[in-house]
Amino acid sequence: MTTTAEPVSPPIEQGPVKRRGAVRRILRGALATRRGQVGLALTLLVVGLAFIGPFVPSRSATEFSGVPYSLPGNGSVLGTDALGRDVLARVLHGGWTLLLLAAISTALAVLLGAVAGVVAAYRGRVTETVIMRSVDIVLAIPQLVFVLLIVSVIGAKTWLLVLAVTLCQAPQVARVMYASAQDICERDFVKAVALWGVPPRTVIRRHIMPSLTTPLAVECGLRLSFSIILIAGLNFLGFGTQPPNPSWGVMVNENRLGLATNYWGVLAPAILLAILAVGTNVFADALARVAFGGERGEETAAVTALELTTS
Amino acid sequence: MTEVLQATGAIAPQPKGKTAHPIRSLLISRLATGVLSVIVISIVVYAATLVLPGDAATAILGQQATPERLAQLRSQLHLDQSPVSGYLSWAKAALHGDFGTSLTQGQRVWDLIAPRLANSAVLIVATAIVSTILGVLLGMWAASRKDSWVDHSLSVTALVASSLPEFVVAVFVVMIFAVTVFTWFPAVSILPEGEHIWDEPNKLVLPVLALVIVVTPYVFRMFRASLIEALSSDYVEVATLKGASTSRLLFGHALPNSLAATIQVVGLNLLYLAGGIALVETVFQYPGIGLALVASITDRDVPTIQFLVVLLAIAYVFLNIVTDVAVLLVTPRRRLPR
Repeated sequence: MTTTAEPVSPPIEQGPVKRRGAVRRILRGALATRRGQVGLALTLLVVGLAFIGPFVPSRSATEFSGVPYSLPGNGSVLGTDALGRDVLARVLHGGWTLLLLAAISTALAVLLGAVAGVVAAYRGRVTETVIMRSVDIVLAIPQLVFVLLIVSVIGAKTWLLVLAVTLCQAPQVARVMYASAQDICERDFVKAVALWGVPPRTVIRRHIMPSLTTPLAVECGLRLSFSIILIAGLNFLGFGTQPPNPSWGVMVNENRLGLATNYWGVLAPAILLAILAVGTNVFADALARVAFGGERGEETAAVTALELTTS
Repeated sequence: MTEVLQATGAIAPQPKGKTAHPIRSLLISRLATGVLSVIVISIVVYAATLVLPGDAATAILGQQATPERLAQLRSQLHLDQSPVSGYLSWAKAALHGDFGTSLTQGQRVWDLIAPRLANSAVLIVATAIVSTILGVLLGMWAASRKDSWVDHSLSVTALVASSLPEFVVAVFVVMIFAVTVFTWFPAVSILPEGEHIWDEPNKLVLPVLALVIVVTPYVFRMFRASLIEALSSDYVEVATLKGASTSRLLFGHALPNSLAATIQVVGLNLLYLAGGIALVETVFQYPGIGLALVASITDRDVPTIQFLVVLLAIAYVFLNIVTDVAVLLVTPRRRLPR
């Protein structure tokens, strides 16, 4: 065991060190910019509220506590919603599922997309054709429509929602990673390692992936902000968290008709979603600017979108 | 589409031997992959909508359904055949313009969707026109004052607006312009039976406004960036040194070169709108295909889901091709064979 482990150990140690260095550099760079600071502050504000919320003593989020659409006052800070439940309690309890699902599906999508894209670039031939053509086909259906199609098959289940969002984000990651990996796969150090007889899996994990941490970090940021918007939208349409469980997207939909009486039922979750979406997107934008530099970084949102839809 | 046809018509009469014309070859290869993707998507959609747990007909009708009704639904959804021949007969009927009968409304899918299609088209086209004009004007303003406070505040506003979820924007728009601050426009756009959206234009204003807020930042960013790039190029510097006026610089020299980027981003916005209208239509209960899609998925109205998803995919694929060809048509240097 020890004899075989020794020659393999140096790359194992080198890989992670290099990777952490690159991510740390981008994060530090992003946090040095005004946009990065504002984005992170806004995101942390909402994330903090969502995760501390359930532990704050408040009224029940699912029990009726008053007349529907009653105005703030009389012990309830934000009044009641369409069914007479306390708006503040529902706001406090309604954020963490969204954030958790968005985080899980982003992680899965980035993992799946990165593996698919890099394998396609490294393997070439049939593997490349199969992977990239399937990516094209998934991208030829509008994102929201694609998720709705998957949800329509079995119904609104939580795991299905995560799966759908993952499957719809992964091709976008795959396309970006494929484009970035193509160049790396042609480099001499990769070819040299491959000639040494290192198995493809190790070449990809230890030698190609560490060079791709920059696009990967940017993709994580972008996909997280897209996932949040997508899942909130699905909640709003009624295909995510099911009533009576509280969720900000569901709340906006439920209390829409009471806008003229107690608008807090819509306004409070809508403002939180807005701050969260702006925060994550501004932070992702700062990451992209640091990673790709100045003017080019500024267009990243549009440019990545372009790369995704035009093949 | 007409542009594409003209392009092929204009190019076809001049055979060039080995070096095929780039637009024609692009068009042919993209059309081929486009048709192929549509076929694959239709297979996926057909398979997906029928992979309900257990028997699809029972899942739709419920456990108490009569055997006659079940048999009728099975033949209606081509479930009495093998999956392959079921798909083929569904696709054959669709190619002949028969998209089946809605399970919930009892009407033919086409009759049900056609008026909604017109309403959605009006919404999308109105949004595209307004957002393009607004984005180009704001982009020009920001680019001509690069790094001034105007530029910075416009860029930050664009970043914020483009990050917001569509339905949150729509809800804010309703709050401000229909319910609380001003009560100028109706909060919902529900239409009486048989009426089209152009009969009541005031119901169109808020949905268009919400979509314009979501979409304009992309036009703005793209146009600003490409205009700045054009303005900092050598040929514009020469024109400046020769004493060209600011408006001549902008409109005569820089603008034509920013056209490609603008077409691309307008195409992208149209693509986005093809799928993204579902949320905004739901907020306003706007009688379009987005709302129809959401409703049909809630009710598991399989024929309507199949038709709408395939329709949106076709629109998506071909809009993409038209955008690419239009970009090539306005950038002659990219047409040269490399």
